[in-house]
Amino acid sequence: MSEIALYTKDLSVYYGEKQAVKRVSMAFPSRQVIALIGPSGCGKSTFLRSLNRMNDLIAGARIEGEIWIGNDNICDPQTDVVQLRQKIGMVWQRPNPFHKSIYENIAFGPRYHGVRKRAELDEIVETTLRKTALWDEVKDRLHQSALSLSGGQQQRLCIARSLAVKPSILLMDEPASALDPISTSKIEELIAELKKEYTIIIVTHNMHQAARISDKTGFFLLGDLIEYDDTQKIFTNPSKKSTDDYISGRFG
Amino acid sequence: MKAKTVDRIATGVIVAIAVLILAVLAGLLGYLLVRGLRHISFDFLTSPPQTIKAGGGIGPQLFNSLFLLVLTMIITIPLGLGAGIYMSEYAKENRFTAFVRLVVEVLSSFPSIVIGLFGLLVIVNRFGLGFSLLSGALALTVFNLPMMVRITEQSLRSVPREQKEAGLALGISRWRTITQVMLPVALPSIVTGTILAAGRVFGEAAALLFTAGMSSPRLDFTDWNPLSPTSPLNPLRPAETLAVHIWKINSEGLAPDAPEIAAGASAVLVITVLLFNLGARWFGRLLYRKLTASK
Repeated sequence: MSEIALYTKDLSVYYGEKQAVKRVSMAFPSRQVIALIGPSGCGKSTFLRSLNRMNDLIAGARIEGEIWIGNDNICDPQTDVVQLRQKIGMVWQRPNPFHKSIYENIAFGPRYHGVRKRAELDEIVETTLRKTALWDEVKDRLHQSALSLSGGQQQRLCIARSLAVKPSILLMDEPASALDPISTSKIEELIAELKKEYTIIIVTHNMHQAARISDKTGFFLLGDLIEYDDTQKIFTNPSKKSTDDYISGRFG
Repeated sequence: MKAKTVDRIATGVIVAIAVLILAVLAGLLGYLLVRGLRHISFDFLTSPPQTIKAGGGIGPQLFNSLFLLVLTMIITIPLGLGAGIYMSEYAKENRFTAFVRLVVEVLSSFPSIVIGLFGLLVIVNRFGLGFSLLSGALALTVFNLPMMVRITEQSLRSVPREQKEAGLALGISRWRTITQVMLPVALPSIVTGTILAAGRVFGEAAALLFTAGMSSPRLDFTDWNPLSPTSPLNPLRPAETLAVHIWKINSEGLAPDAPEIAAGASAVLVITVLLFNLGARWFGRLLYRKLTASK
C-alpha cells in the first residue's frame, strides 16, 4: 500500500436537519485515481465538496468528523481554509473559466500566491497548458477571452488553472459529463497522465468511465459508503449485493 | 377561441402597447427638442443667466449639474459598492439583514422633497454646510444610495456560484475573489444601474432646492482653486443646477425670454442625459473588455 494523501474519519455532512453523508471513513492513496460512484443524491458530490471545505459556503451545511491531510485535521476550526484550498485543486461539472484571458485564468492564482515575475508566470502558464495538452491549441491566442474556447478546451483550461497553484490533490465533480465524447476521452487521457503527480478523486455517473480510469472505487448509497475497494474488484466481484445491483444497472 | 387566434390577438395587443409607448416617448422628445433646439447656441451654453434682461444663458447651471453629478457619484459609488458587497457576500441571512433590506427599499421610494427637507434640517443647518454643492451631493447620496446598494447586491448575486467557488478553490481570499473574479462579471449590470442612478441626479430638483440652493455666485471660470469662493470647483458654494433653474425661471422668471430659456434648458438637459448615458455605456464596455479580455 502506498502512502495516504488524505483520509476521512467518521465524516458526516448535514444540510440543516438532513444528513447527506453518514460517518464515512475513507483513505485515498497518493498518486492514484479514486472514483466515487452512486445514484443521484447519494452524497458523493457532497462528500467530495467537503474535502476542501467548499460546503462552508452553503448556508446550513455542517460537517462532523475528521479529514486528515498529513498531520492536519482540516475540519479543525483553526485551519486556514484559504491556505488549505491551495493544496487541493477542484474541477466542476460545467467548465467555469474566469471571465478573463486564457493567460490570466492561469496566472491569476500563482500571482495571488506571490509569483510576481513575468517570466515565471509565463513559464507556469506554458507548463500547465502543456500538461493539459492545450498549449498547441491556444499558444497563439493566450490573451483572448477564455470564453472563446470550446467546452472541452475550457474544461482542460480549468484543470490547468487548478494545477497552476501546485496542489497535490485534485477533486473532480463529474468533469466530463457536460462534454462531447471526444472531449471526454481527452479529459480521461489527461487524468491518466496527471495521476503520475497528483492524487485524483473523481465523482462520476458514468460507470464505464470509473472502470476505465480509476484504481479504486467507492460506492455510495443514501449517504453511506457501501463498498470501497480496488476498481477491478468492485466491477468484477463486488462483495455487497447493492453494489452489484448498481453496477449491473438494476437501479440508479 | 382557437389558440392561434388568441395568440394573434395577444401579439397585436403587445405590439400596440409598444407602439404607444414609443409614440409617447418620441412625441415628448420631439416636442422638447423642437421647442428648445433653436435657442441653443454656444453663447447660451456658456454665458451666465440674466435676471431681468433678455439673452441670459445657462453656463453656470450646466456646469453645476455636471459637477454635482461627479461629486454625488464620488460619494455614492464607493458607499453603494461597499454596502452591496456586504449585503450579498458577507451579511448572514437573519432578522437584522432583512430589516436593513426593508429600510433600503423604503428609502428608495422616499419622496425627494422629504429628502430635501431632511437635507436642509440636518446637512445644511445642523452640520452647518450651508446651501452648497456638498450639501446637495450628500442629499442626493441619501436619495441614490439605496438604488446603488440594491443594484450591486443583485448583480453580485447573479454571478454563477461556480465562479466564486473557482476563485476560492484556488486558495484565493474572499475579498480578492469578490473584487477580481465576481465584480468583473457583474460589471455590466452595475454600470447600467449606476447610469440609472446618475440620471436621477440630472433630473432631480426637489431635493436640491433646500440643499444646493437656488442661486449660483458669480463664477470665475479662470479660477480653479477649489478653496476660492468664486471658483467653480469650490464644493462649499451654493449651486443652482439646470433642473432647478428650469423650475425657477418657469415659476418666477422675470426675464422676458424666460419661456424660451426654459425650453432651451430642457432640451440641453435631455441631450446631456442622453450623451451621459452613451458615454457611460461606452466606458463600461471598455472597462469590461479590459477586465475580461472579451471582444
